[in-house]
Amino acid sequence: MAYEDMRQPIESGCPDGFQYMHPVMRKNFGLWKFHEHPRPGVLRHVAHSGDEIWTVKAGTQRILDVYSLRKLTEIGEKYGDGYVRFTIRSNIEYMVSDESKVDPLITALTDAGFIVGGTGNSVAMMSHTQGWLHCDIPGTDASGVVKAMMDELVDEFQNCNMPNRVHMTTSCCQINCGGQGDIAINVQHTKPPRINHDLVANVCERPSVVARCPVAAIRPAMVNGKASLEVDEKKCICCGACFPPCPPMQINDPEHTKLAIWVGGNHSNARSKPTFQKLVASGIPNNPPRWPEATAIVKRILKEYKEGAKDWERVNDWIERIGWPRFFEVTGLPFTKYHIDNWRGARSSLNASTHIRF
Amino acid sequence: MAAKKMYDTPMLDELEKGPWPSFISGFKRLRDDHPDERINEMASSLLGQLEHSYETRKGYWKGGTVSVFGYGGGIIPRFSEVGDAFPASREFHTLRVQPPAGNYYTTDMLNQLGDSWEKHGSGLVTFHGQTGNIMFIGTTTKGTQHFFDEINEYGWDLGGAGPCVRTAMSCVGSARCEQSCANEHGIQRWLVNNFTDDVHRPALPYKFKFKVSGCPNDCVNAIERADFAVIGTWRDDMKVDQEEVKNFVKAKGREYVIDNVVTRCPTQALSLKDDDTLEVDNHNCVRCMHCLNVMNKALSPGDDRGITLLIGGKRTLKIGDLMGTVIVPFMKMESEEDYERLVEIAEETIDFFAENALEHERTGEMIERIGLVNFLEGVGIEVDPHMVNNPRQSSYVRTDGWDEEAEKWFARKTEEAAG
Ligand code: HEM
Ligand code: SF4
Ligand code: SF4
Ligand code: SF4
Ligand code: SF4
Repeated sequence: MAYEDMRQPIESGCPDGFQYMHPVMRKNFGLWKFHEHPRPGVLRHVAHSGDEIWTVKAGTQRILDVYSLRKLTEIGEKYGDGYVRFTIRSNIEYMVSDESKVDPLITALTDAGFIVGGTGNSVAMMSHTQGWLHCDIPGTDASGVVKAMMDELVDEFQNCNMPNRVHMTTSCCQINCGGQGDIAINVQHTKPPRINHDLVANVCERPSVVARCPVAAIRPAMVNGKASLEVDEKKCICCGACFPPCPPMQINDPEHTKLAIWVGGNHSNARSKPTFQKLVASGIPNNPPRWPEATAIVKRILKEYKEGAKDWERVNDWIERIGWPRFFEVTGLPFTKYHIDNWRGARSSLNASTHIRF
Repeated sequence: MAAKKMYDTPMLDELEKGPWPSFISGFKRLRDDHPDERINEMASSLLGQLEHSYETRKGYWKGGTVSVFGYGGGIIPRFSEVGDAFPASREFHTLRVQPPAGNYYTTDMLNQLGDSWEKHGSGLVTFHGQTGNIMFIGTTTKGTQHFFDEINEYGWDLGGAGPCVRTAMSCVGSARCEQSCANEHGIQRWLVNNFTDDVHRPALPYKFKFKVSGCPNDCVNAIERADFAVIGTWRDDMKVDQEEVKNFVKAKGREYVIDNVVTRCPTQALSLKDDDTLEVDNHNCVRCMHCLNVMNKALSPGDDRGITLLIGGKRTLKIGDLMGTVIVPFMKMESEEDYERLVEIAEETIDFFAENALEHERTGEMIERIGLVNFLEGVGIEVDPHMVNNPRQSSYVRTDGWDEEAEKWFARKTEEAAG
């Protein structure tokens, strides 16, 4: 393409969503009074004006092919009012102003293979990252882990039997783009990067790689007469942060890349202040295509939460009440030296009291 | 015409089993049914490479540089390391496209986007990535430009990738939620669209994210995942419909209400009276939302609404997870001046970040390194006791400016009292 054929972009930024909202939502913007949850997957919002909007929510495979997308839009045109929105967990929501449209929508979605649910006290669709499908440092395939797990948790998605909502996430490395969750399944590298010294000088900007390391484990070094880098393997926490700026520092490893499970991440301010997730299990084999070991642990945690938590307690509230020793006891998970934090601020996570449950 | 190359996918086939919709079945539909040879070959190669990843438990993509004419970011470039074996997905870039605030679509718009993507891309798309973008997954460098040109003409723009202002997110909020205390979508657009240049031309030390939730339930996870988190709230009394309280008590019983509402209040601000009305100590309510969530028909936010602003939330790399810190406990968001003031704080913050952060350092890490006070002085915001959980604990501090600072505090208090 010649330079003069190049088209200057129109820098329009973020479009105004108002114009694409269901007219009932536009009319009652900021004027909603209350909502109800008539059945799993369905919400009824009532405005001060008396207007109503019904929402039907369905889980999808997140990575949509255009056929699936067109199926979803066709359902919206035929059975909905032609307006949809997507949630941050990649569920689709159809909004209709008339209750009589709810059942046909549910039938159409179900017939097309989508799963209606994900509202109220359900296990919501897992939010996840890209994995082997697209990222450059993934230790596993987030889409695959999620598909395999949601197959097993589909009843919990379709019913609302948990004490409170359960948000799950997966991330395919410790950088954890997938986010916090009541239960988070993240990849944990367990061995320092293997360095291909022949390539470092050509590919990596060494000072910026050194700067990337959170524990200052990387040093410039001459190896076989060539400028390269070396890693103090005792210090290295295997985070993989050096890989993106320096691909010859290979962190992925088919054997030593493990899954780890973290619990109690809750970003809501409801009741307690927001909390980050905590490590509970590691060393779980990265076992495609269905990762049964990870799923078994998740199901065990969910079972104990469901039985042990009181109404409205999120996973973190439940553990806070019963205490971590009891959590390890009821879930049968081993407590190891790796559960004791040694990073900055670690002291605040140690018990400086005689508050002990027997 | 040679027949398209097919690959056996015994492991991926396992992911077609079970009730949850399968992304693998979607890839296969593109491979087997799509009339365009370009698309079905791309899908076939992608399946081959993915199966190879499943077998060897390793990823095979590497980055590079691809952008559209005029922009520096917005594309995640992906080149295959095993392109010789799976040639049709050798280049498989993703475009990050900014969705409408609140993520509303008409089915027509989605179809239009689908048409363009079938013309120029792989036919794979995600609503949305965790950063909020629509992710159009898989096209060549040429396809990237053509697809962008086409959708840009009818109203869509790229989001950010790299060290820049990123696509923002806001909750469903005012459009459908009775808890909303702010116009989330308006705030999102005011903020992001003021920084369009910083979205498209990465020039910051590292990424910068805005997120907007309409109330402290924080449905878009702003506090933990945004450099600049805007959370709707109110400061007068919550509204109590005592008739609805009585109905709720009648339906659920006193025990349920005491166990699940009254005793769950983190500040013990609630009391269920003998006549089944609810008394609220509004001065001690911390707007946690719990009681409003449980009794959403009876309890509602007050009328004096606005936002709380928190700075510096982020995920793991490099020093560990950080929550945002309260910078502005409350500000009104009504007039144009209010919006301008919010944008001004954002500008000050981003300027300060650009000048003071180290390379690859987020705002939260910068604040941790230099101390909150230096940041506040840099962006011109007064200290406030709402910014801390507790005052300093360490006695290692010089306090020779104490009298002056105390004067400032009293002067501010006098000014506030004068209104
Ligand atoms: C080469 C390095 C990286 C790549 C290729 C990468 C890629 C991505 C991708 C593709 C997403 C969107 C995921 C999705 O929506 O499916 C994402 C989101 C995200 N990334 Fe990364 N990432 C990288 C490094 C990092 C680092 C170093 C951090 C550091 C903290 C980070 C933090 C995040 C966060 C927090 C999100 C989610 C955004 C949000 O919800 O606010 N990423 N990243
Ligand atoms: S979690 Fe890691 S591997 Fe996964 S998308 Fe983020 S950076 Fe890539
Ligand atoms: S893996 Fe992480 S800790 Fe280890 S050398 Fe690389 S950056 Fe440093
Ligand atoms: S953050 Fe609050 S206002 Fe926004 S959708 Fe959630 S509950 Fe509603
Ligand atoms: S909103 Fe939270 S703090 Fe306020 S009264 Fe209700 S439960 Fe208590």
